Amino acid sequence: MKLRVDPDKCQGHARCYGLAPEIFDVDDYGQASVIVDEVPPELEEKARLAVANCPEFAIEIIE
Amino acid sequence: MGRSRVGVGEPEKKGGMPVTQIVPVTDWATDFDVMDPAYLADPFRIWDDLRQTCPIPHTNRRKSSWMPLRYEDVTAIAHDIEHFSSLKVAVIPGDEDEDPNENFDGPNLEYGLPPISSDPPLHTWTRRLLLPWFSHKRVDTYVPMTRELCRTLLDGFADKGHADAAADYAQQIPVRVIARILGVSADLADTFTGWVRDVLEFADDAERRQRGAEGLLNYFLVQLEERRQHPGDDLLSELLCTEVEGQPVDDGIVLGMAALVLIAGVDTTWSAIGSSLWHLARSPEDRRRLVGEPELMPTAVEELLRAYSPVTMAREVTKDITYAGCPMKAGDKVLMNFPAANRDPEAFDSPDEVQLDRAHNRHVAFGSGIHRCAGSNLARMELTVAVEEWLARIPEFSLADGDEITWAGGQVRGPRILPVVFP
Repeated sequence: MKLRVDPDKCQGHARCYGLAPEIFDVDDYGQASVIVDEVPPELEEKARLAVANCPEFAIEIIE
Repeated sequence: MGRSRVGVGEPEKKGGMPVTQIVPVTDWATDFDVMDPAYLADPFRIWDDLRQTCPIPHTNRRKSSWMPLRYEDVTAIAHDIEHFSSLKVAVIPGDEDEDPNENFDGPNLEYGLPPISSDPPLHTWTRRLLLPWFSHKRVDTYVPMTRELCRTLLDGFADKGHADAAADYAQQIPVRVIARILGVSADLADTFTGWVRDVLEFADDAERRQRGAEGLLNYFLVQLEERRQHPGDDLLSELLCTEVEGQPVDDGIVLGMAALVLIAGVDTTWSAIGSSLWHLARSPEDRRRLVGEPELMPTAVEELLRAYSPVTMAREVTKDITYAGCPMKAGDKVLMNFPAANRDPEAFDSPDEVQLDRAHNRHVAFGSGIHRCAGSNLARMELTVAVEEWLARIPEFSLADGDEITWAGGQVRGPRILPVVFP
């Protein structure tokens, strides 16, 4: 599984980081990013949780 | 409060405070009032009825105002900053909605409280000055003091068998954390709380609102002057020595930002903590589940924020627009009912059920779009720590019989008196 955060949609809610800090980071100005190239299988559920909790619909599963 | 001029040392008027009389609402679609006692106590059924019949009700009370209740409408309007300005965000129209009183002789908040009461470009750069103070990394450094604060508060009543979970606990936490960040004395916590309540909770009372604004702004004027002479490592000092495009930040903007951090950081989170404890006091199953499965905290906290979102913010219509059939006029207010959006059945399954492990939860308790609450990481941390520490010390508790719980509402909804009992 690979993920992408759309920087134009992200508003820094940091919900992804709060739910899956192993997969996401958020910088000092609220911009989220994916910190793993490939989501390990054991974290896929957490990744889906982050996608389904983003209020800005900014995270997508790209493969 | 907003672009008002505030009198320094204005003598207080004698006599009792005027009591605001609310004419009971009989038609919520065309004459709503968020300060109606029935709405303060239980807005949920009113929202449910309106969503079926009139999902963007209107009122002419105080000022022509619309109130979107559906998730789709609230988030769409939050993102349309061209038609919906943030220059006037007070739910209860206040000084910012009136002409400045020329007779006042004090600080002029001509820029309001940026970034919350501003649009780009002012919003953009003032927000960037604040955000690093509330990044998740910075917020992590505030955890030990928050935890210690909660434990000290619990020490004060855990052996007594009863407490006011709002006044003795929830109310005491955020104000002290925010005082630390601002670099001002936590000894004045009760005074800060009083000013913030005057400005937000009692905004319908012009005299009280004005008194709170004066107290708060005059206090910060002195604090800023002291830090200008003797800078520290706090937020106020940093704002004073920051340059933007080679120029120091305007004094009025620094004052507005300082006031904003206090106003926005106190009764919002206190309300979220209080509502969460209210829920847990009357929901033994959820309480025991959270004690037994502490790993649920991250989703549980988001769910409590969704179900009991405290904050409604206003927008001002910039030019006439018909939105979803509603003829909105330039100057109208739009009350962004994030709490109602978070109970919309089109956006959330069984929205009135609290599900501590809710997986799909795109709640907008902290707003949506460019005005997402700048302090959301801090608020989330404080709520998490406050609930964790309470449950660690008082895992079993319930609402006290017969005691009256009071709820504040309007801009910020949460319990103000919350008597609970425990073994």
